[in-house]
Amino acid sequence: MSEKPKGKLALYWAASCGGCDIAVLQIGARILDVAAAFDIVLWPCAADGKVRDVEKMADGEIDVCLFNGGIRTSEQEYMAQLLRRKSKVLVAFGSCAQEGCIPGLANMNNRREIFDSVYKEGSATTPENSDDVRPQPETEMPEGTLHLPVFYDTLKTLNQTVEVDYYLPGCPPEGDMIWTAITAIVEGKLPPPGSVIGANTTVCDECKRTRTEKKIKKFYRTWQIKPDPDICLLEQGLICCGIATRAGCGGLCPEVNSPCIGCHGPNDGVQDYGARMMSALASVIDSDDPEEIEQIIRDGVPDPVGSFYRFSLASSLLRRKKRSTNGNGAAAATKTKAS
Amino acid sequence: MSDDSFEPKIVGFLCNWCSYTASDLAGTARMKYAPNVRIIRVMCSGRVDPTFLLKAFAMGADGVMIAGCHPGDCHYQQQNYKTMRRYAMIEQMLPQMGIERERVKLVWASAAEGQQLAEAIDELSEAVRKLGPLNWSRNWEENGGRIEALEAIVKEHEEALEVQS
Repeated sequence: MSEKPKGKLALYWAASCGGCDIAVLQIGARILDVAAAFDIVLWPCAADGKVRDVEKMADGEIDVCLFNGGIRTSEQEYMAQLLRRKSKVLVAFGSCAQEGCIPGLANMNNRREIFDSVYKEGSATTPENSDDVRPQPETEMPEGTLHLPVFYDTLKTLNQTVEVDYYLPGCPPEGDMIWTAITAIVEGKLPPPGSVIGANTTVCDECKRTRTEKKIKKFYRTWQIKPDPDICLLEQGLICCGIATRAGCGGLCPEVNSPCIGCHGPNDGVQDYGARMMSALASVIDSDDPEEIEQIIRDGVPDPVGSFYRFSLASSLLRRKKRSTNGNGAAAATKTKAS
Repeated sequence: MSDDSFEPKIVGFLCNWCSYTASDLAGTARMKYAPNVRIIRVMCSGRVDPTFLLKAFAMGADGVMIAGCHPGDCHYQQQNYKTMRRYAMIEQMLPQMGIERERVKLVWASAAEGQQLAEAIDELSEAVRKLGPLNWSRNWEENGGRIEALEAIVKEHEEALEVQS
């Protein structure tokens, strides 16, 4: 690390599981180098910075902000806007900030449905709520009005909310990748803004299994077969997303007989990850008969959105399931209720 | 927009070798068919990535048609079988997102089948007209009072008392 004056670093956590904050520590003892190069001005998970102090800073005073998590509430959107203003470089850190990730799968529901399932339908978090108490954005008290953040219908990614300079893919990003990014920032050797910091090849290139021609007659779930440890998992009928997923993980999942689920997101130039998966997977189905094809897909891919958009629904072209309030939408509303 | 004045916007991906020629034939033969399909010529129906379909819907299309050579007649030998498989996959996925299957249509039309193509366009236009507009981007544009909520946070932070250390 250089002898330059100390920079300012912020890390923030929006709609995510917290794994990204922990992942920062995967860089190991090198965290001390980070502390030598940067003052950490905000890191709610680990340090005692205050939002108020950030608000008082000049615009662009923070050198780098690593922002993990999607935008689910008004408070998170406020923090995204604030940190964008105060930071020279804003990095969407991890899958949630980049493409919505698992929290983005809630875009298959809306606020009312999510609240119903949490506060009404006896979830483990609220075993007794017979009065059907729900979070209210405003509550009047003798001392004044109390506010809770507004919970959005649709989870947005960071770049659907503010301008993002760089993306660090992964759920969570790998330690070495994080270190590469931090080094690049400190040394000023950054790729053009808007780039994903990472490899631009796919998991297949890092996977050690033998590949031949792909022809699939039947798809299997992971528990249905015991896969051969040396042959491509996709060729054995397991839905392995390695073909469409950005490399960087070293092919960890296929190495232990588990198909890739796509946590490093799409490779360069891909607009809609799930569409690319569907395109690639459908084209290797080994049948020319429309009815048989339909049967293979119906049996083998019962949940295409869950299989192909597990990490990328919020950043996909369609972003979310249709809300029944749009258009006249009547037909869609009844159909989805039945399913 | 009232339902009476609703004119479906349909994007049609037609293969260069059969279906686009069929639409040419329908035109030169002065066949009458619904004017709702905006045709995009592609070299092969196998070129139609599911991305194109989803992008059409995301950008405001109410329906999408894919048309290509009959199976076995593909100019590129096997590619329209891939179209058939991708179409089956997308048909499985669209209802999950709340898009009715009737909004997409796969048609095989040879260069001589202008009439069949025109009929298919009429059928799709009618089906989509019955379903109504899709207005996809409206799904996320309103996000439950976000502007007011953001203003409230700024105000609250301004009013809050300074913490004395």
